[in-house]
Amino acid sequence: MKAHLLYPDRDFDFGAPLPPGHEDLVSDLELGIVLQAMADGDKFLHETCAKVLLAPVRDAEAIRYRQAILTDCIARPAVIRDIYALATAALTDRSHFWGLYGAHYQTPSSNLSGALSHLESYTARLRQLRKIADSHAGEFRSKGLATLFAVLQEQLDDEYFAEVAAHLKRLRFRDGVLISAELAADNTGVNFVLRAPSSTARYPWREWLRIDPRSSYGFTLAPRDDAGGRILEDLTGRGVNLVANAAAQSADHIAGYFTMLRAEAGFYVGCLNLHDQLTASESPVTFPDPAAPETGTFSCAGLRDAALALRSPDPVVGNDVTANGKTLVIITGANSGGKSTFLRSVGQAQLMMQCGLFTVAASYTADVATGVFTHFIRAEDASMTSGRLDDELRRMSVLAGRLGPHCLMLFNESFAGTNEREGSEIGYQVVRALLDARIRVLFVTHRYEFAERFRRQHAATTLFLRAERRPDGQRKFKLAVNDPLPTSFGEDLYYKLGGWLEENPGPGPRHALH
Amino acid sequence: MVLRRAGELAGTAGAVDEAEPPGGRGAVFRSLLFEQPQLARVRRDGYEDRSFARELNLFQVLTEIMGDREDGDLIADVFFATLRDGDAVRYRHAVFRDLDDPAVLDAVTRFTDLMAQVRAHLRQLREMRDRYQRQAWHLDAASRYCEAVRSLARDLAAARLRSEGLAALRDYLAAYASSAAFTALDTATRDCVSALGQVRYCTRIRGSRVDVIRYQGEADYSAEVLKTFERFQQDAPRDYLIRYRSRPGMNHITAQIVERVARLFPEEFAALAEHARGQAGFLDEGLRRADEELRFYLAYLDYARPLRQAGLSLCYPEVSATAKDVSATATFDLALASKLVAAGKPVITNDFHLAGPERILVVTGPNQGGKTTFARTFGQLHHLASIGCPVPGRAARLFLPDRIFTHFEREEDLARMTGKLEDDLLRIGEILQAATADSVIVLNETFASTTTHDAEFLGVRLLTRVIRLDALAVYVTFVDELASLGPPVVSMMSTVVPGRPAERTFKIVRKPADGLAYALALAEKHDLTYDRLRERLTGEAGEGGSR
Repeated sequence: MKAHLLYPDRDFDFGAPLPPGHEDLVSDLELGIVLQAMADGDKFLHETCAKVLLAPVRDAEAIRYRQAILTDCIARPAVIRDIYALATAALTDRSHFWGLYGAHYQTPSSNLSGALSHLESYTARLRQLRKIADSHAGEFRSKGLATLFAVLQEQLDDEYFAEVAAHLKRLRFRDGVLISAELAADNTGVNFVLRAPSSTARYPWREWLRIDPRSSYGFTLAPRDDAGGRILEDLTGRGVNLVANAAAQSADHIAGYFTMLRAEAGFYVGCLNLHDQLTASESPVTFPDPAAPETGTFSCAGLRDAALALRSPDPVVGNDVTANGKTLVIITGANSGGKSTFLRSVGQAQLMMQCGLFTVAASYTADVATGVFTHFIRAEDASMTSGRLDDELRRMSVLAGRLGPHCLMLFNESFAGTNEREGSEIGYQVVRALLDARIRVLFVTHRYEFAERFRRQHAATTLFLRAERRPDGQRKFKLAVNDPLPTSFGEDLYYKLGGWLEENPGPGPRHALH
Repeated sequence: MVLRRAGELAGTAGAVDEAEPPGGRGAVFRSLLFEQPQLARVRRDGYEDRSFARELNLFQVLTEIMGDREDGDLIADVFFATLRDGDAVRYRHAVFRDLDDPAVLDAVTRFTDLMAQVRAHLRQLREMRDRYQRQAWHLDAASRYCEAVRSLARDLAAARLRSEGLAALRDYLAAYASSAAFTALDTATRDCVSALGQVRYCTRIRGSRVDVIRYQGEADYSAEVLKTFERFQQDAPRDYLIRYRSRPGMNHITAQIVERVARLFPEEFAALAEHARGQAGFLDEGLRRADEELRFYLAYLDYARPLRQAGLSLCYPEVSATAKDVSATATFDLALASKLVAAGKPVITNDFHLAGPERILVVTGPNQGGKTTFARTFGQLHHLASIGCPVPGRAARLFLPDRIFTHFEREEDLARMTGKLEDDLLRIGEILQAATADSVIVLNETFASTTTHDAEFLGVRLLTRVIRLDALAVYVTFVDELASLGPPVVSMMSTVVPGRPAERTFKIVRKPADGLAYALALAEKHDLTYDRLRERLTGEAGEGGSR
């Protein structure tokens, strides 16, 4: 029995480790805030959602599969939350029993009774699961949920529960055990196997009338024969060994099922939590449209930085960008004009799209990427002393070991730790190599020469965006398609500080630096 | 060590001849150790003195060969029942040679292992109190016995055997295996085992009530349980089976159970009882003897195996009870080699030969140079040759003595010098009285604890007596003069590494005794020769010549 809520045809491997370098990615794209919103205080949800978010799906069909399920969940959130709560409860019940199985000191009998406690508790939870399926089966249209409920109703039908109940009753062996054996070389018993008791409705009268040979001979232990009692316990244990093993393994199987169900349902619960918080902050939420790789698709409207949307009390500005057929996007312009924010929003949206989530946008469509990578300026890099370039290049080299075709690469003010000429040259070479390897690149930069070179030589495949300033100097935080300007980034700073070179310093607008 | 009358050994051999051969006339068991059973009777009566074995460290060898086997007595008896007939020795060599073939060795080892199991079973029967257990154990013993017989008969028939002994065993086995008695045993055993093997019963345990029931094909319940829950399986299952280290065994409960099983399956258990009665003494006496004797060969080969694996050679010597030309190449002390190989240390081998009128090896040279070991080797070789075993060395030619006499000096008794000389002289006297021309005498440092003059005096007289006896001998001594007493005497010396007189080579070589050579070398090493000392003291070179 499978849940198959994350992939139509297989389980999600929650045991796999997070990809190398994920800490940088999470930090650069501010995914921590997104994950916190998804987790809503539940540590398990945090881990689970992180694993799914950081394992981008590359198949558009699989993405749509999840989107359909999520759509259903958004329409009727209580059901998936109930399933999650149920699976969690089934697993936490365990800590309340006495009666373990599998510890090294145990006998088959104690293994068996420990396993039975678990099985009885799980069975109760399975009945609850079935009731949920019964109540809500017809309400869902997504293939994933419809299939899940159908499977639950089919596999956990009444007949099955009757079968399980019969086993649980019999495994208590209130009527004693029936153990078959063969003769060892010295006529003692060997090969003990527990048998299901057969119907006793044979024909006992035939034996009484001596028509059939007698089929059983018995004896009773003397009342105070303790040694004999222990021997019988030992024989019982040997006979029960296989069945205890079976019961313990069965308990393990059910635990495994609930673990998997909890994780897969948990992901959707996380999505719901995120949805609730985003709609509460009045951010637009839509399902993106994944395109096959190499179609060169990229187009968004009203795309917002999710972390900012979650955090900021004020409404957040969205971006409209169309870059179809452009493999490189270079973003220049005013300081704090929304360049990094846009970059982050693209990275977030790509990951969110590829794990089946909605995006914080009015619309978003893009090629499916093999992976999302970031190379952002670091605090220590900002000091721009020599030696920082070394660090940046080392980081880039590590990334290069993981990059491959159809990846998405986001640069934020990279290779700034040296002079303009060298930084531009390095940047140019790196980006050209990435483009040749069919990697899509977004690059936020101050380096005019670098941007200019692409404008001169690769205009057809490059989109230039610029952070705008209104005539009064206010930021628009919205990027516009515009060629790079060789403007110095210090201009704003000069004015902020009072413009002390002006002969007649006007009432220079004070800009709040963001 | 029990001193057995020599004649006792032959007694058992004789008994087989008189027993009714199972395969009818013509299938008589023939000993693997003795060519003709009567040969074992050609021994001197009376208890033999085995002190020579102690001084030659042959007891050590024997103890290791015996190990902790149960049949130590036979091995000891054979070990000390020396042969004087070359044919008898070659009879045993032939069997050893056949056992050098790994296929034959495997077959024989398998046979003796199975027979050991049979014997163990029969011993354990005595401690079993439950009748059904005893009968079943007896059946199992018979089953292993039949397997042993069949497998050895088949393996020997398929092997290429060159020894008369094993060929005779093969024929005996063939006749026995097709005899009516064995066929009946084999069939009855197989039928019984098969019938009991199909018995399946159930025990129903309810509180203190136990019912024993015929098994009626009820399903394995654990499989049913697994089937019900397997739909939830995600990963490979963990193993929760408890491992039992021993079986329940026969106790008052299981005895009651098996008694009721016997009632449920009366025919099978009746057949078992009949087997126990009818096949009570199934062990063929001839095969029992064969097993015993084969174990002697296997024990010796087991002992020799590590030595061979370490690169040492053992060979089949040419033997004679008359010709006194003896020689050996690459030979060594068996007891010492066994210790050294076990400790991973190298073993030094030696050569010697005596030809024509030569009879006595006089060995001199530096102390702890391997002289005593060499003397022991000479004695060991002759003893091992006379019991038909392979001997240390790449090739050897040895004499079959009537007796081996030894006289070894005991170092720790140096304190008792005066009384000791008297004991020594008495002992030597006894030896010289009892020794004949066909004896081998090993003397080690005899008269070492007297004055040089006495040692020389006594030594010359002793050696002259030995020469007159015409016996083969080795004499280890520090009296160099003895080494040149006459044509029957051959001088050998222990040697040191040239230029490093403190280092022994443990090599003994034929050369004239030059006891001073060692001392001279030592003096040189310390710059104390005449020339050097003079030069050191006066600064002038001496007249003795240059250096």
